[in-house]
Amino acid sequence: MKKVEAIIRPERLEHVKKALEEKGFVAMTVSEVKGRGEQKGITLQFRGRTMEVDLLPKVKVEIVVEDKAVDAVISTIVDAARTGKYGDGKIFVVPVEKAVRVRTGEVEE
Amino acid sequence: MGLDSGDTAWILAATALVMLMTPGVGLFYGGMVRRKNVISMISLSFVAFALVSIQWVILGYSLSFGSDIAGFVGGLDYLGLKGVGMDCGDLTVPHLSFMVFQLVFAAITLAILTSAVAERVKLSSFIVLGLLWTTLVYDPLAHWVWGGGWAAEIGALDFAGGTVVHISSGFSALALALVIGRRIGFGEYDMEPHNIPMTLLGAALLWFGWFGFNAGSALAADGLAANAFVVTNTAAAAGALAWLFASWVSGKPSSLGMVSGAVAGLVAITPAAGFVDPMSSIVIGAVAGVICYRAMLFRIRKGLDESLDAWAVHGIGGLWGAIATGIFANEAIGGYSGLIYGNVEQFIAQILGAGAAVTYAFAVTFILAKIVDAAIGLRVSEEEEYVGLDISQHGETAYA
Repeated sequence: MKKVEAIIRPERLEHVKKALEEKGFVAMTVSEVKGRGEQKGITLQFRGRTMEVDLLPKVKVEIVVEDKAVDAVISTIVDAARTGKYGDGKIFVVPVEKAVRVRTGEVEE
Repeated sequence: MGLDSGDTAWILAATALVMLMTPGVGLFYGGMVRRKNVISMISLSFVAFALVSIQWVILGYSLSFGSDIAGFVGGLDYLGLKGVGMDCGDLTVPHLSFMVFQLVFAAITLAILTSAVAERVKLSSFIVLGLLWTTLVYDPLAHWVWGGGWAAEIGALDFAGGTVVHISSGFSALALALVIGRRIGFGEYDMEPHNIPMTLLGAALLWFGWFGFNAGSALAADGLAANAFVVTNTAAAAGALAWLFASWVSGKPSSLGMVSGAVAGLVAITPAAGFVDPMSSIVIGAVAGVICYRAMLFRIRKGLDESLDAWAVHGIGGLWGAIATGIFANEAIGGYSGLIYGNVEQFIAQILGAGAAVTYAFAVTFILAKIVDAAIGLRVSEEEEYVGLDISQHGETAYA
């Protein structure tokens, strides 16, 4: 199993959720986060002064899936989250050792 | 007439009630925007209040209530409040208290207009546009209706500002929205209200303050004020329930719809508050709730980003209220009768007054907005809009 962690623009969340759901990936965890990429956020030139806004609001979507579904999840997220501009985000894939369903105690490995 | 301490006490209190409506508008709108723009949204209302507070005492009061020039605008007799003092003149309250009661009306009108520019306006441009707008749109309109201008001459009735406050701000908002353009991402992704309890609080302050708005417009602590108070509350309640039920039919009965309906009812009863009886106010409020809701759906269908629905609620609600005054006016209440009592002339006068206000407010605002946009730009940059106006315009964030 793998966990796909996607850091995306908040305004693309609804698109991403819908696209994942259409492909059958319903379960997910979503958190509001702040972060920056290599562009170090945004620099605003504002009436003669410069203002750095280096930590921009983002949304983190976490989905745990079987190994064979990882590519499909990634391509779905990329398609739904992309605007083509800096700040579209990044996706990380990490291994998951075990998952336990709290209600039943059922273990997935 | 001499000073009446009861009347004066009431008008001073009513003025304070109406003042609270302006930050109330800020909270009402602030809850409906995204969290990155909430400070900007509330601040725009405070800015509107501060701007008009100065403009009004220097120039605005005179342009609205100075001696008539061709039925269109007031003269400069009261420039810098010259001659506006503690004496009463034809009233039972000091001239100064009448002036400041009118000031708070002018201020909230500009605050309502901020609906059109939510989440994308440059603060500096809003200040420039706001000054031009209140001087060239609000002040002449106030003169037409209340200052002895042509609308008053033809007998158009507007008890507490349906035409002056609500039609003017609502249709100006529509014009302004067309010039400034849609928010980035409008129609593409959701722009859900970030804090509905804040909007409910704002609506509560509006409903509360509206008693000063309408009952204060009797300019006396008398029976007419009591009637205005009762019809105001009744219409608001009818509007709230009507919008609630209308939205329930097609989905969930949202709290946001309920308070929008209350505001629609309050708007619609405003011109009629001194002329209609409580039973008529139920009809006026309920119809307002339904037609303003339909107007909002129409706006969304057309892809218009008049972001917080000043047009649908204040513009259309004000227009309906002006017409409804011509329908339901009851001679026993305010001395005028409307269509249901056989007075066609009153109905026509209402349509003429309201129609002219719609046209004037829309056209002049459109031109002013185009000029300000060409000169200094109305909108923030794309990056500033993305980051949010709280940071880009104020250097502050609302929530940790």
